Amino acid sequence: MSPELGNFALALACCLAGAQAVLPLIGAQRRDPRLMAMAPALAVGQLLALLTSFACLVNAAIGDDFSVQNVAANSAVAKPLLYKITGVWGNHEGSILLWALILGVCGGAVALFGRNLPSALRARVIAVLGGVSAGFLLFCLTTSNPFDRVWPAPLDGQGMNPLLQDPGLAFHPPILYTGYVGFAVPFAFAIAALIEGRVDAAWGRWVRPWAVAAWCFLTCGIALGSWWSYYVLGWGGYWFWDPVENASLIPWLTGTALVHSAIVVEKREALKIWTVLLAIGTFSFSLSGTFLVRSGILNSVHAFANDPARGVFILGLLALVIGGSLLLFAIRAPALTAGGMFAPVSREGLLVLNNILLCSICAVVLTGTMYPPFMSLLFGKTISVGKPFFDATAAPLAIPLLAFMGFGPMMPWKRAQFWPVLRRLWWAGLLTAAAFALAAWRIRDILPLLAATFAVWVIAGSAADIAERIRLFRLPLGQSLHRARLLPRAALGAALAHAGVGVSVLGLAAMSQAAHKIVEVRVGQTEMLAGDAWTLTDVHSAPGPNYTSLIATIEVRHDGRLVTVLHPSKRTFASQNQTTTEVAIHTNLLSDLYGVLGDRHGTDADPTYVLRLHYNPLAPWMWLGGLVMAMGGALSLSDRRMRVGAPRRARLAGLVAAR
Amino acid sequence: MTRKTRRLWLACACLMGLGSATALTLNAFSSNIVFFMAPSQIRAKPPAPDRTVRLGGMVVAGSVRRQTVRDTPVALFDVTDGQAAVTVRYEGILPDLFREGQSVVAIGTAGPDGAFHASEVLAKHDETYMPKEVAEALRRSGKWDPRYGKAPDAASWDTMTVRDARRDAASPQHGS
Repeated sequence: MSPELGNFALALACCLAGAQAVLPLIGAQRRDPRLMAMAPALAVGQLLALLTSFACLVNAAIGDDFSVQNVAANSAVAKPLLYKITGVWGNHEGSILLWALILGVCGGAVALFGRNLPSALRARVIAVLGGVSAGFLLFCLTTSNPFDRVWPAPLDGQGMNPLLQDPGLAFHPPILYTGYVGFAVPFAFAIAALIEGRVDAAWGRWVRPWAVAAWCFLTCGIALGSWWSYYVLGWGGYWFWDPVENASLIPWLTGTALVHSAIVVEKREALKIWTVLLAIGTFSFSLSGTFLVRSGILNSVHAFANDPARGVFILGLLALVIGGSLLLFAIRAPALTAGGMFAPVSREGLLVLNNILLCSICAVVLTGTMYPPFMSLLFGKTISVGKPFFDATAAPLAIPLLAFMGFGPMMPWKRAQFWPVLRRLWWAGLLTAAAFALAAWRIRDILPLLAATFAVWVIAGSAADIAERIRLFRLPLGQSLHRARLLPRAALGAALAHAGVGVSVLGLAAMSQAAHKIVEVRVGQTEMLAGDAWTLTDVHSAPGPNYTSLIATIEVRHDGRLVTVLHPSKRTFASQNQTTTEVAIHTNLLSDLYGVLGDRHGTDADPTYVLRLHYNPLAPWMWLGGLVMAMGGALSLSDRRMRVGAPRRARLAGLVAAR
Repeated sequence: MTRKTRRLWLACACLMGLGSATALTLNAFSSNIVFFMAPSQIRAKPPAPDRTVRLGGMVVAGSVRRQTVRDTPVALFDVTDGQAAVTVRYEGILPDLFREGQSVVAIGTAGPDGAFHASEVLAKHDETYMPKEVAEALRRSGKWDPRYGKAPDAASWDTMTVRDARRDAASPQHGS
């Protein structure tokens, strides 16, 4: 019964979304308050219907209802409860439903938190969200319905790929999807602004919190995905420049640019048309990201649905959304009043530079990702573009970005000079020079060396920015702390997020110095790697719930002192005839010791084991940096001024103006 | 500063950004693009020794040999597209899904000794799935045409590829 209820709720949500797309738009056009007032009600109704539908699917998965084809194909009685729940979105149909649900949540959030928006703008924003939602729900209902029944119902399901049964992967899709889908709200704001023909400072202030929130989730999602591939795939790598990874990086880059250009709109009423275009572009890239993953246009290990019919539907949907919004942009953008011009040396000037560099990196990544499929489509040549290409193109563009990031937040608005700003950064400069000397001693390659140096510059610059604002060491400490409390949280958040970028880049640069060794050893044999002695002391097999594992014991000693004992293992799943590798990682936050157990060779009397040993300096910093970035975003979201329509207190406003 | 010069600055900055991105991309394309080659293509026209290529095909059944050189495990195996076989030399742990008689992609360079020195060996997550590029190479070699149904199963590839590899070994001058 409950799958039918879910299916009905899904269809109901689709109808509500359709109404939500049309009625408020007509209402806003005719200035009919009754039609406009339907927008929030419809959005909340759609959200409730989607929640019901999703709950029904989760219920079917928990209750092992194998008459539902989706559950039969992806679940099994023996699967742990956690993976029964998370397995709901671990497949194509469920992930599309989750996508639609998150879009519904976005619509509901605009309806609930957007009370201070002008009613016409709010109606249009919700209508655009409804339109996108209707498209996706139609896709879900017609080509990939998660509630399809199967007859006769099998006694047990087919189970889930063992590789996907992992807590990191379980929570990765919802977070990443929230990031992707969250950019639908800035997109809806952009379309609404184009329909209205008006973009002003207030629009910038309304759109920014939504963009920042989506950006935080996307940052977390990317970091989590990278971490997952690091500890599950067992290759010691963290980013493979796989098309699917690039599909998440591209909207992240344009989304970062959007978060920054919206500040210029808010403060200076400039870059308006550009910001609208960025908002459209970011969501378009997010949508294309899903499309690239779902239709096997890009051959990738992640593609779990290679179905051309779905591809055609999604392609049509994409053409409609992206093409339609770009057409609207082309028609309406000239009607928007051009913003003011500004001096090249100023905060807004540097923000423009940030946008140019981020978009250049984005263009490079996009080219590298799309070139191989186009070449094979047009000329039948099979080529691929890998890490060397992206290293050679993205890194040289990222380094100037870091250099400007270090002092950008300290530049005054309107008109500024480099010298006074740089003079206040003298100690950050000294620290950077010291970091350069230290790094030059350990790192021989030029790009990681520069990256590490400028990463320190960014962290020091962010610290200097806050220290300068609270006049640390120039006023008594108590007064400084008082100033810190009055400091707008947006400023603190920005500094934290910038420092997070620095931390990540430091991790990336240090990882270029990672050492690894592949050895074939007997039990008791010792290998040296990066100053540590790794000894294989034992290998034994042990049974697991639905697999047997071969567990190795590796003792790592430094100068005779035991550092850690690693237990990498290899699991053999008899039912699926599949082997997975369980990596053992020991971290002390400054470096990771990473051990992988490979094949067993030799005779039974004298077995030898292949081991892969990695020494990864600063590896955890790459993901910690991502977390710090997201925390910075969240902190700036908690700023009063970021909350939509929150009235500015006069005293605070005065302080801000005085700064 | 007049409005015009400011606009000029902005245009210059945009051009600089796009220009450097284009220059970097073109530069990287000339040296960092990796071409896919089938074993028969490598035999017919070996790539320059410093050029990284992707080699794809089926692993010849019974061809996997393992050695240990200075504690480092080395795997040697033959990869064929049904017309010619190339020996691949790989130092490291073969992926979990590596099987004899199934498709594989190796990334590396053609060594002076005629063997292919792989720095990376990829076997796909799903063992019934064949990489698009390998399927295309097999189609071109005339061993399988997707218009006439699915790819033959791994077992029949085995017998075909073993025979072809033997013929290939009997005439070592062929191609190379």
